[in-house]
Amino acid sequence: MKQKVKQLRLRKATKNKLIDSGLVAGFYLIVMLILTLMQAFGISGGYQLRGMLMPIGAYLIFALSLNLTVGVLGELSLGHAGFICIGAYTGGIFSILTESTIPIGWLRLLIALIVGGLSAALAGLLIGIPILRLRGDYLAIVTLAFGEIIRKVVQSFYIVQDVNGLHVSFTKPIDASTIDQATQKVILNGPMAMQVPQNATILLVAILAVLTVIVLHHVIDSRQGRAFMAVRDNLIAAESIGINVTKYKLIAFVISALFAGIGGVLFAHFNTVDPTKFDYNMSIMILVFVVLGGLGNLRGTIIATIFLYMLPEWFRPFSKYRMLFYAIVLIVMMILTNSDSPWVIKLKETVKGWFRRKGKTLAEDAHEEEAD
Amino acid sequence: MALLEVNHVSIAFGGLKAVDDVSLSVEPEQIYGLIGPNGAGKTTVFNLLTGVYKPTEGEILLDGKNLVGCSPAVINQRGIARTFQNIRLFKNMTVLDNVKAGLHNQNPYGTFSGIFRMPSYFRQERRMNIRAMELLKVFDLDQEYDFKASNLPYGRQRKLEIVRALATNPKLLLLDEPAAGMNPNETAQLMQTIQLVREKFGIAILLIEHDMRLVSGICEEITVLNFGSELTHGKTAEVLRDPRVITAYLGE
Repeated sequence: MKQKVKQLRLRKATKNKLIDSGLVAGFYLIVMLILTLMQAFGISGGYQLRGMLMPIGAYLIFALSLNLTVGVLGELSLGHAGFICIGAYTGGIFSILTESTIPIGWLRLLIALIVGGLSAALAGLLIGIPILRLRGDYLAIVTLAFGEIIRKVVQSFYIVQDVNGLHVSFTKPIDASTIDQATQKVILNGPMAMQVPQNATILLVAILAVLTVIVLHHVIDSRQGRAFMAVRDNLIAAESIGINVTKYKLIAFVISALFAGIGGVLFAHFNTVDPTKFDYNMSIMILVFVVLGGLGNLRGTIIATIFLYMLPEWFRPFSKYRMLFYAIVLIVMMILTNSDSPWVIKLKETVKGWFRRKGKTLAEDAHEEEAD
Repeated sequence: MALLEVNHVSIAFGGLKAVDDVSLSVEPEQIYGLIGPNGAGKTTVFNLLTGVYKPTEGEILLDGKNLVGCSPAVINQRGIARTFQNIRLFKNMTVLDNVKAGLHNQNPYGTFSGIFRMPSYFRQERRMNIRAMELLKVFDLDQEYDFKASNLPYGRQRKLEIVRALATNPKLLLLDEPAAGMNPNETAQLMQTIQLVREKFGIAILLIEHDMRLVSGICEEITVLNFGSELTHGKTAEVLRDPRVITAYLGE
């Protein structure tokens, strides 16, 4: 009996993990297949879709990692772009500096991913220690502030490399005309775009996105994940059963920052990077993906991120009205996911009915839902 | 030596002395009652014992070690577990996960073992599953292990809260109004459950309760609080006959 119970339980968690990672992998496989077929049959177009694959992967990593803080731990963070920024810049600078010393592109990028991820995790730790004592709105405001501070700090660095080493300044903008291309190299020029070698591939992005899904599933389905959810559901009760709340908040925050940083490194390797990209809007956009996908629900986050990232592109024919349509879609999604009105519930039931496995009774389904 | 000794504990919120010079002594495997009219400071005593509040005066000893100044989490690790007057379950987690959260410090493994699915993860998770199901079976909750905690009926939620507290392997269990909102039938069942807990787990139980049938039925000793200070204490039957106690409850 006990053995059977254990197996059932494990199978369910494993099933969810497989479905979610398969969802991401499947999305990439299908899109790549379509693109290859289009090319084979000489159908033009598809450039937009291909161009979106890498950003979607990066945003998947951002949104999934934010879901750990907001959905699983239950603490509202509005500064996710700050950690992405740290990852993008440390990883990017590492790649620029070692471009000649590590000629193998993939190895350099791999090390850059580790460097960027760990820097972001360290930043998460240092910022988390003082601010995780705050709750709710106050925490949201402080994370928002930290996100902006990080961006502003990065923006004020001017770094040049020459034979003598690195020259760092906070005040003197670099005049491009005075730079001797043969001996000097501009690493970072304040608010100007950073020139990172663009060697991220769709395959790498897809693999990292799938890995993020798996790792986050492992975190959530563990002793630590239960502690996060206990803190979210009832802080006082969590303390009363011996969970060190501050410690587990910090662990969740650091893991979240680590993945944001890794995603940031990727972002810098397929995209020109300047500090204005990592502003408040980016944090909010990721938060929208997480909230509309469902707090604490990785599958929802994956679907919402892919769908909502592609949506503005599909609305291009509406030209200048496209953000208006985007806003309308967001509002409709919000109503559909949160409304209690009878027709919405009926609609949801109908949609769920399409996905219900044949031969499965309604009662079984209801039981499973309760268990979820 | 007594398991729990509370010596002259007081706490003041601003000018108000919510608890004033209260002393208690609970022996191992004893069922001890804490009663008193509404607002007498009973739950505040619980909050002092579990570290939610820090006493302004006095000391709290568990097995001779002072608990004053420890955080709630540390106090639980030292051996005091509690339930709450208004049920505080982890609503969005399953019944099984609620109990496994209670086993948090009993079968530990590190974050990395969890992420990389090391052997220690599987070993400890298996132990947790087995232990959690054993505990649930004692309270006849094992059939509902996969239910969301908030979907359980009220009486079973109370039971689950007790299971979760027991999962932390305490020496002393604090129950805050366990019979609140229960009908006489359920209360009778609860009395059996509490005695079962004492016998099966060999722990002491300190409970707050208004239901005098429950108090006189299972408590061996009680302390009566009134307006934050101790009115009297002693053997249950004697204390309940005390005219001062009757006055405190029913008025002049």
